[in-house]
Amino acid sequence: MNFKPVDMQLLDMISNIKSIPAGAINIRRDGEPVIRQSSPNIKIGTNADNNGLLVEIKPGTRDETVHVPVIVTKAGFHDKVYNTFVVGEDADVTIIAGCGIHNDSHSDSGHDGIHEIIVKKGARMKYVEKHYGEGNGQGKRILNPTTNIFLETGAIAEMEMVQIKGVDDTVRTTIAHIGDKASLKIVERLMTHGEQKAVSDVRLYIEGRGGSGQILSRSIGRDNSVQVFKAALVGQNECLGHVECDAIIMHKARIQSIPELIAENAEAVLTHEAAIGKIAGEQLIKLMSLGMTEKDAIDTILEGFLR
Amino acid sequence: MLKLENVSMTVNNSNGFRREIIRDINIDFEPGKLYAITGPNGGGKTTLAKVIMGIYQHSTGNIYLNGEDISELGVTERARRGIAYAFQQPPRFKGLNVSDLIKIASPGVDGMGLRKKIRDVGLCPEDYLDRDMGPGLSGGEAKRIEIAQVLSRDSIISIFDEPEAGVDLWTVQRLIGLIVQKYQDNPQSTAIIITHHENVLPICDEIIVLEEGLIKLRGSSEEIWPLIRDDVQCKMREQCRGEVCYEL
Ligand SMILES: Nc1ncnc2c1ncn2[C@@H]1O[C@H](COP(=O)(O)OP(=O)(O)OP(=O)(O)O)[C@@H](O)[C@H]1O
Ligand SMILES: [Mg+2]
Repeated sequence: MNFKPVDMQLLDMISNIKSIPAGAINIRRDGEPVIRQSSPNIKIGTNADNNGLLVEIKPGTRDETVHVPVIVTKAGFHDKVYNTFVVGEDADVTIIAGCGIHNDSHSDSGHDGIHEIIVKKGARMKYVEKHYGEGNGQGKRILNPTTNIFLETGAIAEMEMVQIKGVDDTVRTTIAHIGDKASLKIVERLMTHGEQKAVSDVRLYIEGRGGSGQILSRSIGRDNSVQVFKAALVGQNECLGHVECDAIIMHKARIQSIPELIAENAEAVLTHEAAIGKIAGEQLIKLMSLGMTEKDAIDTILEGFLR
Repeated sequence: MLKLENVSMTVNNSNGFRREIIRDINIDFEPGKLYAITGPNGGGKTTLAKVIMGIYQHSTGNIYLNGEDISELGVTERARRGIAYAFQQPPRFKGLNVSDLIKIASPGVDGMGLRKKIRDVGLCPEDYLDRDMGPGLSGGEAKRIEIAQVLSRDSIISIFDEPEAGVDLWTVQRLIGLIVQKYQDNPQSTAIIITHHENVLPICDEIIVLEEGLIKLRGSSEEIWPLIRDDVQCKMREQCRGEVCYEL
């Protein structure tokens, strides 16, 4: 495998790996798999349509992690992939996805990842997806992930989706179907700057009795960037759902937050909280009174907010 | 040490009228002493503290720290020169935890030191070091952590704005003990406690009474405490009787 420093840097940014980890892993670069390795419990193969991965996690698999990072380094390349993950019954695993783009050119490059995740009965899954872009060209770095997730009876999933830097344009679509006594928590962290645009559209269908769904979003909009956050909860049974969007707005950014609650059952309890505001002056003064400069105080507050 | 010379602060209120909220304040805070500032609500105590910290800019007069005129310095510079202020209402931070703030207050503090500073204000480090400084913290907890930050700075002037407010009685005694121990008779530092507390006022070296932005009384606590003790207690009684009368 011939990994260039830029590849390793992207991989480190999106999945915190300094070298190739043991266990199940698939690294995709510019549309081609460069490493593919299964583990005894986690099988990574090509899907039936031959346009992406099929990752099968055996029932009862415990404490294993599977890495499926994607990097795009070829200028003007637009990658598209369809991946399916099946987390077997009673398994307990972590999936580390994520996409990093390096683009120094004048043409746009991007990645569209279309994921289907099935979390079987009683299984637990943590899914972490980081987005990152870098490079000095005029060409945009574009990421449009779509995730469809299905939680069967008693399944528990947490999805953490982070985009802090360098992605010019993103439309993220997440649709979840939550079964009986299943529980899903989605945590989004987003920072946009410059002329970036980010749209996130999350819809949770809480179908099962005793199901629960949570969407928590923290975002910071800087410079002239634009953010749109739509979070919908559809309660179709006796269930609990909560949406929380908290945003800090700076400079000339624009942030639009649209929580939506749809109850289709009298036993559904759905709530939302949304707040957008600038950094509180009191917070800045407080940190400055401990000896920080104003700039360091701002950085500290923003960094903490997205942690 | 810290000298206020003819310091006043004027604000424009909502009707566009100018109003002086502290007026012609002259105080020379001496090293190694514990000062209490007291007086009725709205008297100007917090304003005076914020003027000293540089959070509010005074309109006339000068402020000197060890002979240097610091009137034009901002909050950061004043903090770095050794002024510290524990807020009456500590702001909350989503995403920063207790240990982050203590580390900002005393850079380079080690794990042991960190735990000690939390324990000093009566909180269990195991439970609190990783607690978020957001709205999930109770008022009294936030207040104690605020005080821990100022205690952990080696400042020349430390101002505590109503450290007793919202804190349970047992802890108040402990906090006051800490402040007295750290600052009284320490020639390197001075503490100013803004307080209404009858257990705190008599143990300070000096008491300053601020009313309507003016220094109404000041002197050693032996002199001042007997004069204001009745006043404080009288006010309490008046308030109670007032209610009773109303009902009759
Ligand atoms: N930034 C401001 N702008 C306008 N008026 C102010 C401002 N800050 C304080 N004031 C007013 O100045 C007066 C003094 O307020 P200050 O907070 O200093 O009182 P205090 O003595 O600390 O009262 P308390 O015992 O209630 O804490 C009050 O009437 C208050 O409304
Ligand atoms: Mg006050």
